[in-house]
Amino acid sequence: MYLTLIFLGVIMATVITWLLRQTLNTQPWVSQPADDAVTGVSINTNTKTVALTVFLTVATSIFALFISAYTIRMEEPDWRPVAEPVLLWFNTAVLILASIAYHWTRNAAVSGVQGRLKPGLFVSGALTILFLVGQLVAWQQLNAAGYYVERNVANSFFYLLTAVHGLHMLGGMWVWARSTIRVWSGADADSVRLSIELCTVYWHFLLLVWIVLFGVLLST
Amino acid sequence: MAYVSIADRDHEIEHHDPETFITKYIWSQDHKVIAIQYGGLAILIGLVGMIMSSMFRLQLGFPDTFAFINPENYYQLVTIHGMIMVIYLLTALFLGGFGNYLIPLMCGSRDMVFPFMNMLSVWVYAVSVIILVVSFFVPGGATGAGWTLYPPQAISPGTPGTDWGILLMLISLAVFIVAFTMGGLNYVTTVLQARCKGMTLMRMPLSVWAIFVATILGLLAFPALLVAAIMMMLDRTLETSFFMPAILQAGEVSNYSGGSPVLFQHLFWFFGHPEVYIVALPAFGLVSDILSTHARKNIFGYRMMVWAILAIGGLSFIVWAHHMYVSGMNPYFGFFFATTTLIIAVPTAIKVYNWVLTLWQGNIHLRAPMLFAIGFIFTFTHGGLSGLFLGNVTIDLPLSDTYFVVAHFHMVMGVSPVLVVFGAIYHWYPKMTGRMYNETMAKWHFWLTFLGTYSLYLPMHYVGFLGLPRRYFSMGDTAFMPESAVTLNTSMSISALIIAATQVLFLYNIIVSLKKGEKAGPNPWKATSLEWQTPSPPKHGNWGHSLPEVHRWAYDYSVPGQEEDYIPQTVPATDVPVGRDHGVDH
Repeated sequence: MYLTLIFLGVIMATVITWLLRQTLNTQPWVSQPADDAVTGVSINTNTKTVALTVFLTVATSIFALFISAYTIRMEEPDWRPVAEPVLLWFNTAVLILASIAYHWTRNAAVSGVQGRLKPGLFVSGALTILFLVGQLVAWQQLNAAGYYVERNVANSFFYLLTAVHGLHMLGGMWVWARSTIRVWSGADADSVRLSIELCTVYWHFLLLVWIVLFGVLLST
Repeated sequence: MAYVSIADRDHEIEHHDPETFITKYIWSQDHKVIAIQYGGLAILIGLVGMIMSSMFRLQLGFPDTFAFINPENYYQLVTIHGMIMVIYLLTALFLGGFGNYLIPLMCGSRDMVFPFMNMLSVWVYAVSVIILVVSFFVPGGATGAGWTLYPPQAISPGTPGTDWGILLMLISLAVFIVAFTMGGLNYVTTVLQARCKGMTLMRMPLSVWAIFVATILGLLAFPALLVAAIMMMLDRTLETSFFMPAILQAGEVSNYSGGSPVLFQHLFWFFGHPEVYIVALPAFGLVSDILSTHARKNIFGYRMMVWAILAIGGLSFIVWAHHMYVSGMNPYFGFFFATTTLIIAVPTAIKVYNWVLTLWQGNIHLRAPMLFAIGFIFTFTHGGLSGLFLGNVTIDLPLSDTYFVVAHFHMVMGVSPVLVVFGAIYHWYPKMTGRMYNETMAKWHFWLTFLGTYSLYLPMHYVGFLGLPRRYFSMGDTAFMPESAVTLNTSMSISALIIAATQVLFLYNIIVSLKKGEKAGPNPWKATSLEWQTPSPPKHGNWGHSLPEVHRWAYDYSVPGQEEDYIPQTVPATDVPVGRDHGVDH
């Protein structure tokens, strides 16, 4: 559970430092007029960005806990490591490209270059689907090589971790599909900007998660 | 930073006045309706949980008398009773119910920032409740694994409900977590981003602070339960060995090998302990506001109260293994977790002192909400003190799995939060419905419940000390149990039945008062926080044309030298009428 605790420690430290800055040296019992200096908004950004940040914290917590469980269960003597298929390296490269493509689309949306939105979204979506298909093929390769899900717990973890990551990816694809449909039905860059920006953050996040997961899987 | 009111600025928040019955009451996106849906459903399933407890208390108090309770369904009743009360009643009621109702009103927002997601949250919660109820009617019935669902017995033959019951239980929990996450994202974002002008963090009522921090705890802790549930589902369906060790099942070697049951315990209690505070913190917050309002005094040590909430929230994540002292872990871990457990008593004690000091020399009005709030201080202190016993490894070892533990956690996270639930429902009932409840009936409800729970749980500590183990269907002929303990068991069961029957008073009161109660007016308690400055019940969008502006904290009661004994948060310093002196020396 050390990993989870470190993660939690970081979250708590962030929250508490921020709250200290907000709340120390205030005297709540003193009445003050609600002038422009007294704001009811804590973070100078829009609500959706805040909500995504909170959600990413929850998602990180889920992955941290899975990895903690992985490292605890690994200690048992029956652990037989998986020989990861080489295909995973290719999938990783595809996911990196998907992230780059999304970032490129985001830059287009921010600077209002309408023409780059459609190709950008198309390429990022296609690369992501390619990644997901690649993961499924990797599953089949493992299965064909006799690494059945219930045969050893290392196999179970492999399927489980990749599946959870893939499901998060699919959730992202739902938002991707929504902004893609809007762009194809003529929405301008400004109206889909926030949605694309947040998706880009999510894609980068899932890329980072994948790299960590892949690292854990490879090193054990 | 220049102020821009989020609710006015953000185009993301949509306000359509609901028109039809269905959009107004069924698929409603109004936080107040959603709050009542959440609360109503939670109370409904909570009643089911209470009836279950009455049924197994019948068996415990009068063994071999009732043929309809056999060992199998006894375990099912105990298990589902625990699950319902902790998760489907208290978590849903405090966060989904009170969180939804109070956060936007107390922060001065028009609604939650994502109303559609809020609506999804309550309906997904409804689905999770339905799955839970359905689990009683599938082949083999609901799971009887105990509410902690420990493997290997939770999914091994011999335990009731290993066919479908346990699967539905795990699925229901996963669905609940999805619902909670959707709600939780809303509560956190609304508190952070949608407060009205002048509502700084340190002017928020403690209810909002407590629900806010409890939601953060939930968002970080529920994933552990989700992870454990998913892995156990795989162990059950695909015969993976995450938790399941190699064992003989019905004389045959199972397909499992090498799994770690203790890993499940770690994950479960990593969720389970913060869960105690997910339930307790909102109770702390609500009770602070009730005490302050009905004692006509500002809450003692507001800043300390806020920091105590944060400290309890932070500490709650590093005490989980005190539930596992008997799991055979490294004694140094036990030492560490005993220390953190005892440290958590410090901020908790600060809160208790501050509540008592809030009452000190207050102008106390012993109305029903106040009685429940004061009752809570008693039950919570008792439950907390027995927690100090159990937090120490050496004392916990002999007491573990006895009725002492059952008595402890029922006092601290059963009775105490439930008293606050009742107090808070009576306190905000006029706001939610526009009518007053019947005060006499509410007071009877309080005394019967309060004294009833004491007559139930005080003896339970004693039989726990004697060594009566929990979870047993019947005591049998055990030499160490004196006759008097058996009699006590009967008396505890009678108390439990009386408490259960008393709740009819509560239901009757809140249902009949909907029509027959006196008109309450906007602010019957002369309270200061924002929700009392709206009409009762508040309209859709809460604040009419313009949002409120806040000029002070929520605890300006009996301010010296002022005419009235309360100043609402919306009143600027220049508009406070100066009048009679409240006894301040000049």
